[in-house]
Amino acid sequence: MDFTEEQIERYSRHIILPEVGGKGQAKLLKGRVFVLGAGGLGSPSLLYLAAAGVGTIGIADGDCVDLSNLQRQVIHNTERIGKPKVLSAKETINALNPDVNVVAHHGRLTVDNIREIIRDYDVVLDGSDNFPTRFLMNDAAFFEQKTLVSGSMFRFDGQVAVFKPAKGLPCYRCLYPEPPPKGLVPSCQEAGVLGALAGVIGVLQAVETVKEILGIGDSLAGHLLIFDALKMAFRKVKVRKDPECALCGENATIKELVQYEEQACELRAPSACER
Amino acid sequence: MAIKVRIPTPLRKLTNGSDEVSAEGRNISEIIENLESNFPGLKERICEADGKLRRFVNIYLNDEDIRFKKNLETELNENDELSIIPAIAGGAF
Repeated sequence: MDFTEEQIERYSRHIILPEVGGKGQAKLLKGRVFVLGAGGLGSPSLLYLAAAGVGTIGIADGDCVDLSNLQRQVIHNTERIGKPKVLSAKETINALNPDVNVVAHHGRLTVDNIREIIRDYDVVLDGSDNFPTRFLMNDAAFFEQKTLVSGSMFRFDGQVAVFKPAKGLPCYRCLYPEPPPKGLVPSCQEAGVLGALAGVIGVLQAVETVKEILGIGDSLAGHLLIFDALKMAFRKVKVRKDPECALCGENATIKELVQYEEQACELRAPSACER
Repeated sequence: MAIKVRIPTPLRKLTNGSDEVSAEGRNISEIIENLESNFPGLKERICEADGKLRRFVNIYLNDEDIRFKKNLETELNENDELSIIPAIAGGAF
């Protein structure tokens, strides 16, 4: 791959790293990453993936920018309130790095479209905000054999994990077999999240994604990383492949995508897009 | 034997805000019963009515998921640490 002079300068701090070099930067420019959610986690991930020169970035989100998002969703800004998040994210990325081709999907991912949408990507990154979408993404990534870089957060806690079904490694259902039933997770009103926590977790997802594309270092796959912002403590626990996993186990029972019902508080008003 | 148990944010309401508590027991079932007697309501948040661990909550003995050991019957040794880690979903919020 031939770099332009501008590219050599733009990516110079990558290119001088022996672990990256020109070859690695070329991999990034040819890399294709799909990001589910241009929200708290998607915002910082997208910014760093774009800055790194990941050549094609797909983004799916059905929401529009709301004033209450801006405490943590740093890819958007005050002027974009009311605009579809995918378009706001695309605008920011285009201004940051013209090398990146952004493919925007303004809408929700469903059992009918998710597999086809993620099929063309090398790595998928989950920054979704609810269990039904999280399980849908995991199952789709398993069926399409895509590496899934998963991040989630709650108040001051964050979790990051990498699932590599193509390598026979565990999936999200090996870790948590099923979503919680209604009423057992705290309601949205009680939740809340520290804005900067989204930055920590989203950027960790970007780090794992970039390592995945470059093929360097030790993947987080096989572990769950837990971050407690109040204690400023990181911990890693093991994620084992569950031989009885309903999705990837020996006697798997899930043969097609499952649509779980959303919690009442996850049903969002469309008002933000109609302003 | 006293074992240190890490309590996740969503359950800290039941432990008066403590992120770490001490519990007595030789195995994990006993620890859960001991936690329940000190912090009523905690057991039903992590266990089903039949006593099995809920499917969106994991307990780690040090860095190992107890489902891949002897689950609730896993025996404990001095200096072991337990962590209760529920699935969390937030991203975009």
